[in-house]
Amino acid sequence: MSNNLRFKTSKFIDETYRVSFKFNNKTYFGFKGDTLASALLANGIHLVGRSFKYHRPRGIMTSGSEEPNAIIQLHDNSSRTEPNVRATEVEIYEGLVASSQNCWPSVNFDIGGINNLLSPILPAGFYYKTFMWPASFWEKYEYFIRKSAGLGKSPKVADPDIYEHKYIHCDVSVIGAGISGIMAAKMAAKNGFKTLLVDEKSYLGGSSIYDKSEFSKINNQITSSWLEKEINEISKLENLEIKTRTSVAAFHGYNFLLARENLTDHLPINQRENKVRQRLLKIRAKKVITATGSIERPLIFDNNDRPGIMLSSAIKRYIDLYGVACGENIILFTNNDTAYETAMSLIQRGIKINAIIDNREQIDSKISYEVEKNNIKIYKGYTVVDTYGYRRINKISIMKLSKDGQTVIGDKTKLNCDCLGVSGGWTPAVHLFTQSGGKLKFREEDQVFIPNVYPSDQISIGSCNGDFGLEEIIKNTLSSIKKFLDIDNSEYKTVETISGLNQSKRNIWLLPSDKSIGKTKSFVDYQNDATAKDIKLALREGFRSIEHVKRYTTTGMGTDQGKLGNMHALGIISETAGTKMGEHGTTTFRPPYTPLTFGTIVGRNVGEFFDIFRRTPIHDWHVANNAEFENVGQWKRAWYYPKDNENMHQAVQRESKAARDSAGILDASTLGKIDIQGTDASEFLNRVYTNAWSKLAIGKCRYGLMLNEDGMVYDDGVTTRLGENHYIMTTTTGGAANVLGKLEDYLQTEWPELDVYLSSVTDHFATISVCGPNSKKIVSKVIPDLDLSDEKFPHMSFKNSKIDNIKCRIMRISFTGEHSYEINIQANFGKSVWEKCMEAGKDFNITPYGTETMHLLRAEKGFIIVGQDTDATLTPIDLQMDWIVSKKKYDFIGKRSLYRSDTIREDRKQLVGLLTENPEEVLEEGAQIVADIKKSPIEMLGHVTSSYYSPNLKKSIALGVVKGGKNMLGQKLIIPMENKNINVTVADPVFLDKEGERLNAKL
Amino acid sequence: MFLINCPFCGEREQSEFKAGGEAHIVRPKQPTELSDDEWAEYLFMRKNIKGVQFERWNHVHGCRKWFNMVRDTSNDQIKAVYKMGEKPPVK
Amino acid sequence: MKNKYSIFSLIKNAFSYHENWEKAWKDPEPKKEYDAVIVGGGGHGLATAYYLAKKHNMKNIAVVEKGWIGGGNTGRNTTIIRSNYLWDASAGLYDHALKIWEGLSQELNYNVMFSQRGVMNLAHNLQDVRDLKRRTHANRLNGIDAVYLNTEEVKKFCPIINTSQDIRYPVLGGTLQRRAGTARHDAVAWGYARGADEMGVDIIQNCEVKGIKRNGDTVEGIETTKGFIKTKKIGVVAAGHSSVIANMAGLKLPLESKPLQALVSEPVKPIIDTVVMSNAVHAYVSQSDKGELVIGAGTDDYVSYSQKGSHDIVEGTLNAILELYPIFSRMRMLRQWGGIVDICPDASPIISKTSIKGLYFNCGWGTGGFKATPGSGDLFAHTIANDEPHKLNAAFNINRFVSGDLVDEHGAAAVAH
Repeated sequence: MSNNLRFKTSKFIDETYRVSFKFNNKTYFGFKGDTLASALLANGIHLVGRSFKYHRPRGIMTSGSEEPNAIIQLHDNSSRTEPNVRATEVEIYEGLVASSQNCWPSVNFDIGGINNLLSPILPAGFYYKTFMWPASFWEKYEYFIRKSAGLGKSPKVADPDIYEHKYIHCDVSVIGAGISGIMAAKMAAKNGFKTLLVDEKSYLGGSSIYDKSEFSKINNQITSSWLEKEINEISKLENLEIKTRTSVAAFHGYNFLLARENLTDHLPINQRENKVRQRLLKIRAKKVITATGSIERPLIFDNNDRPGIMLSSAIKRYIDLYGVACGENIILFTNNDTAYETAMSLIQRGIKINAIIDNREQIDSKISYEVEKNNIKIYKGYTVVDTYGYRRINKISIMKLSKDGQTVIGDKTKLNCDCLGVSGGWTPAVHLFTQSGGKLKFREEDQVFIPNVYPSDQISIGSCNGDFGLEEIIKNTLSSIKKFLDIDNSEYKTVETISGLNQSKRNIWLLPSDKSIGKTKSFVDYQNDATAKDIKLALREGFRSIEHVKRYTTTGMGTDQGKLGNMHALGIISETAGTKMGEHGTTTFRPPYTPLTFGTIVGRNVGEFFDIFRRTPIHDWHVANNAEFENVGQWKRAWYYPKDNENMHQAVQRESKAARDSAGILDASTLGKIDIQGTDASEFLNRVYTNAWSKLAIGKCRYGLMLNEDGMVYDDGVTTRLGENHYIMTTTTGGAANVLGKLEDYLQTEWPELDVYLSSVTDHFATISVCGPNSKKIVSKVIPDLDLSDEKFPHMSFKNSKIDNIKCRIMRISFTGEHSYEINIQANFGKSVWEKCMEAGKDFNITPYGTETMHLLRAEKGFIIVGQDTDATLTPIDLQMDWIVSKKKYDFIGKRSLYRSDTIREDRKQLVGLLTENPEEVLEEGAQIVADIKKSPIEMLGHVTSSYYSPNLKKSIALGVVKGGKNMLGQKLIIPMENKNINVTVADPVFLDKEGERLNAKL
Repeated sequence: MFLINCPFCGEREQSEFKAGGEAHIVRPKQPTELSDDEWAEYLFMRKNIKGVQFERWNHVHGCRKWFNMVRDTSNDQIKAVYKMGEKPPVK
Repeated sequence: MKNKYSIFSLIKNAFSYHENWEKAWKDPEPKKEYDAVIVGGGGHGLATAYYLAKKHNMKNIAVVEKGWIGGGNTGRNTTIIRSNYLWDASAGLYDHALKIWEGLSQELNYNVMFSQRGVMNLAHNLQDVRDLKRRTHANRLNGIDAVYLNTEEVKKFCPIINTSQDIRYPVLGGTLQRRAGTARHDAVAWGYARGADEMGVDIIQNCEVKGIKRNGDTVEGIETTKGFIKTKKIGVVAAGHSSVIANMAGLKLPLESKPLQALVSEPVKPIIDTVVMSNAVHAYVSQSDKGELVIGAGTDDYVSYSQKGSHDIVEGTLNAILELYPIFSRMRMLRQWGGIVDICPDASPIISKTSIKGLYFNCGWGTGGFKATPGSGDLFAHTIANDEPHKLNAAFNINRFVSGDLVDEHGAAAVAH
């Protein structure tokens, strides 16, 4: 059979290069240049898949990205498997494996086909009306519904391929390389515009490139010959970048285009290793020229979905481009002249055309006369009323249309065929145009939507602009591009065209049948099995808007997004409702134009590149010393350093004890650091912090609390006055960027009169905190020249110094309640200074500690961590930090909000300490706190924010927020856990050394 | 994806910018003198206009400067950009 | 009485080729006057009308809708339904809704396909763990069925999640609410519309509100594209367009309307049988009955009514999806779209009276309003009918922005979806 179907004369097919591939476990052969669809057709295979709802047998309908039926699973069960791939888009390669989807056990015999028999009780939206009894059974019904839905299968393992992004900036981007796109690209590039031309196919020229017809000529040459010369010319232009296999997925505002460039999908699998599979092009074009062509419309009649029923233009493409006959006894069914082009192509190859059924009574074009001359019977004014054949069409029946086209008359005639080509005219591919925000208008004469109002600097040309005749396309392309680019020289002298087609069409959206509509299955959306009667049912039930009909019937919701049938749905709605087409508008065309691989959108932002790692300058040391890390924002922070076989608890207990007993060392480099300079720096700090700053002496440090304008605690940290007009502010690790942003905002927009400059210096410094009773001894060994006496260097002060001639800043500040120093040094010396401290502390059991121990130590002292003990609902008063809120200052950020009726309430949640009845019992952070367990509903007073076992106090301690907690000191409360209630007592949040003896001890 | 003409840097991708809400809401000079209602008006209440809106933007991954923008929120067309403290160039 | 929907009515109608089904709702022209008019024919608005008629015996009411019912956020959201909120007020509100969801298909005789396949929230850092535990404890005490899961339990419940501890933000645990799930969004609007219509509510589509007429501090009616409609009570449920309506009445609301995007993949056979949300890396995903992966992206930070968001947001979401589900790399995005969400500063809604008598607002649902639809409608109906809030929506009054008594679901890190 296959010998009769392949005509080895196409120059697009390399017949010396045979390619073997598997389809449904059987090996077939095709040639290099074939698509999977053309190769299957050459092997006589039409039945490729099953439909979504009724599991009806379906074949190859089209030859491009609009294909609704022939969707297959590639390389099932392999890491490169891909579901729902259109056979019409796959270029075959050696070793390709494809299988049918949504069928079991096979595409030829599919159990799911029973749905077709049940179809009388499965009209549009049937699931809204049933599966409600018994009430608890929906999920059981749903299990089976879900199993039978879906099409292909998701991959089960990670993707071995890589993807990437590329930015392209150009003057002009031309989408589509058909005649008009190629002309536009040439005009643009030759006139000095940096131009990009993209096309989704592997070749340039669109559907004209294989057009050998004598009936359309340019400058007296066959169209394809003329076009080949043009392509040859533009491929040499320096100003023009051409990308094939590149499909524009989305046209966003401001001429931002997203396109997928396919790089390896056409290669055998073994040639894909280490190559980028697909590239997402992010294109910014000053001007966009859309030349995306048009899509042939099917015709809507009873049983219009059988394998072997195809678009007429697809039949033409398969024979002209791939040398493949789609049948040996073909019938064409049309309402316009383009099917006669297909007929001529078939006639030239000697393929039998049994008949042409034409809706039109009058046909008056050169090409139709030529077809008739070849003794082909044309049934004028007829329509197909039914088709026959289960796995492949074998017969049709036709009837005469009434004058108004609303009914059929006369006798039924049956005609044999193995392929039926249908043409309902053409729909401009306006998808990208409307995605960009463009507004359409409806052209009554030929019932098409065409671009009307452009939202950006762009233009549509060629058939996507509604120009269908060759002469029109060329004439309008020339004139509109000249105007659009504002150029005098079109690069074309005269272009003469001849066309044997005329543009007459008899448009009937739903062809009449001798059966009542209820007995027909006239598919509008092939993939989703939405039929004309479904649309009518939706209208009958009150769904009037096109969006309602679409959603109720699922028309246009398939993977082809209704590229074929959406117009017919609109047409049937307006015919049924008696309204005008233009009034309904269209449904929204949503991006992407064709489905876009997640991996392509993500590009290289996977795995380690998902988000940046911020590492401190001392990171490598932590790794080498067995640290476990926690993520804090984008930072990796050392969490704890397990020794030997310690678990986390043991390590933290050891670290915490060492820090208080002798010495601990912490990498605090992640704390945000903002350098603040300017003559108004003090005033600025006064406004952004709750406390007063004017009187802070140079060389002194002060803790500050920052609020949001709503009065809630936002961030905190120590700020040091380095000079008269110079401060360094520290922020929390996670809050650094936001704090800087907020300060800049106030500075630039509210207080531009202030002379203040802010710079982030977080990454410029490494910060090492050495604490504990022996910290002084250790630091004095590291910096021998520095006088560490309490007189010269008291708590909350700062000194400039040098370590090995490298300048550093030393602050004597403490987050642990211990005597401690913070060494800030240029980042690249961080690790060596850290190692120096470790060396100097060797005799003092200096112990590196991580964030967990830091949290424990500060909790012993009752110091808050913003974000852990606070949650943007607590004021400083709530935190019992009234001492830091200046009463004297007239204003600061958030002050006014502290005096609102709710924020002055006495019974707000307030920070307290919590001690468990059993000192060994450690509370769960996040656990809720209640007073009365019997009350129903139980009233939650607050929750545990921080909780640890303190090795220094030898008991469990916790911080929490409790309604009215300020006045509950000593009161017993309950922590109700799932399996027990834990008794706690409200305590002072400062558990250790309230008097500050450790801090002020003479060392 | 807008293309924003930063008054300091020129045209840049939207991804470099951060929006900062309605413009020309001046922080009260004497907040303590305001009633709770007036303060809430400043803090939370927004025109949230459908149509031409004046708003603040920050070139956060660029020059870090705040500036104002006039934009039609119904179709995202940017009508103008201008520096802080300047009068809007369009009505 | 409308025809009851059932398998029997489907079979019966099959004999007449489904040519005798009656309209699910009529399409009337507006009357001159109504006892109440609901502005906005989304799920919340239609539910409000339904409960006004059903529970408060207000039958002479209308819903006016600018476009087609259910065409706004109702038809654009990712349909997640859960009630595991932190604060008592939120938990009360959302669990009230969840309880109605559980019997809604039967109540409406319309299958809204509420599917309790569970919602999981993932923790990716230690603060997430604290926050999720805090929320779980609060849920338990509020009678909401949330449990905390460790990483292994997360993996067991949803095996396709990448729980490797080597990834950038490893999964440290999560919460699971089994009663939570998804529903069919369109069906909710259509079911309520059919139910309301049956009780005599006029559902008027293609009717845009152009002005609100008031006499002093009292409303008198609305100007619409279909003429003036007299009424003493106006309930505005206009989601992203709430501020536009408020401005007509001379009110300002604490709202910003921002683009929110979502996307679906091509349909595939069942691969994920629950809803997984991750706030830290911002990805949430479920699979529709049709087989599409339904993925919610985040909001842009600027005000827009264009129903379009920026590509960066979609890209960022898919980055996170592939971080958590590397097997989806070869899946393909079929459709993406945007909605307009009205967001309150505290990420909680407003269901409230206003300073104008007879004018009520139900808005500020941000990114998570769908789940509340039945509860929101019920409570808003109560508020309109009694001119007083129900105790479950008392906390969601407009005045909280003056007093400072916010219901801050942001602060609790529970980004509201």
